[in-house]
Amino acid sequence: MAHEHKLEIFRGLIKFKSNTQKIWGVLVFLSLVTTVEVILGIYKPESMMGHFLGMKLLNWVFIILTLVKAYYITWDFMHMRDETSSLKRMVVWTAIFLILYLVFILLQEGGYIFDVYDKGYLKRDF
Amino acid sequence: MSTTVVTSGTEGKTWGGGSKPLHASYGKLMMWFFIVSDALTFSAFLAAYGFSRFKFIDAWPIADEVFTHVPFLHGQDLPMIYVAFMTFILIMSSVTMVLAVDAGHHLKKSKVTLYMFLTIIGGLIFVGSQAWEWSTFIKGSYGAVQTKGGNILQFVDTDGHRVALSDFVVATPVENVRREDVNGLASVSQGTTPTYTIENVIHGLEAHDNILVRTQFLNEHGHPTVLSREESLSKVKSEAKHVVEGANLHVNEYGPPLFADFFFFITGFHGFHVFSGVVINIIIFFNVILGTYEKRKSYEMVEKVGLYWHFVDLVWVFVFTFFYLV
Repeated sequence: MAHEHKLEIFRGLIKFKSNTQKIWGVLVFLSLVTTVEVILGIYKPESMMGHFLGMKLLNWVFIILTLVKAYYITWDFMHMRDETSSLKRMVVWTAIFLILYLVFILLQEGGYIFDVYDKGYLKRDF
Repeated sequence: MSTTVVTSGTEGKTWGGGSKPLHASYGKLMMWFFIVSDALTFSAFLAAYGFSRFKFIDAWPIADEVFTHVPFLHGQDLPMIYVAFMTFILIMSSVTMVLAVDAGHHLKKSKVTLYMFLTIIGGLIFVGSQAWEWSTFIKGSYGAVQTKGGNILQFVDTDGHRVALSDFVVATPVENVRREDVNGLASVSQGTTPTYTIENVIHGLEAHDNILVRTQFLNEHGHPTVLSREESLSKVKSEAKHVVEGANLHVNEYGPPLFADFFFFITGFHGFHVFSGVVINIIIFFNVILGTYEKRKSYEMVEKVGLYWHFVDLVWVFVFTFFYLV
């Protein structure tokens, strides 16, 4: 067959016998991650309420788990794992660079405007 | 026919044509480019949402308190359950899509047909769920009061449980006054009248000693601030301006109107993507049935629409995180 698939996930820790089996394996993994997210979201453990880099620890956990899910959707469902490394870099680095840049600028500015209302003489609660 | 040119003399040369850059076909490459640009559009929306949230960081609604409904289970407080179900449906339809692509590689027409059909069903369930989610959000649950400054005041009992306006406010019959203007078009711009007036709410609050006001500002524990009985009365009497039930683009009983605006815009834009994905899937589904790809001996078209479908799933993973979890 012309369509060869790489059947290893977790850096070779798990190797599937066929592409179909790998798809179901990835589904199980994605569902597990989603379940963990929902449970954390409902119970909000007190231990994760500390702040780290301007955000709650729990929110960082959610963002990291989301990126993990995004990785497996792109790599296994969209078959990015089987593409050439230059195609991977073209798609992923472009998006990551531009998104980080935009998010940094907008969140920084949002925080600044909050401070102006909070500490300055402008009021929005009157 | 021996004079027909069958070779161009450029075979095997990089710029001779016919070679696939990055070992990906033209269609797949273009689909990847489209996905990158669309990903940037969605991240711009989500970043704008983040901007507004950081701007109102001390007064943003807590998603668990907003999205607590599940169809057929009225009045139960089930945060996130339904959204988790929607996420699972979309991931599941992604799986059937990738199974269709896999069956296509093996040129198994009947399997591709079945999996494409299941993908379409999954997409329809998702779009339907989103419509239900919107209608619940628009109707609202408890009702609130908006102050002159545009902030939202909600009502709780002494135990901190939310109280709906209908539980303590008695509506006086309001006649729906229709102003006639010269063009006779006044009714067009008047909008709907809320069930209660501010006077009704003040009477209700005075009559029930156990009702307190909760502001949208979060205290140091991240919970909305609850005012004392005296503060509650004076706050409502001096500042309350409108009764708000549900959410629309102007007001929102859960907090800043921007929350509702972003909710409608981002989930709406995503829902539109799902809807177009379903339509494209249906077209491809009929092409599969008609045997178009069987004749071509290539199901690459299924692969391309699959890329788009997975992208829609990918976006939902982020929308889910930033709207419902974080």
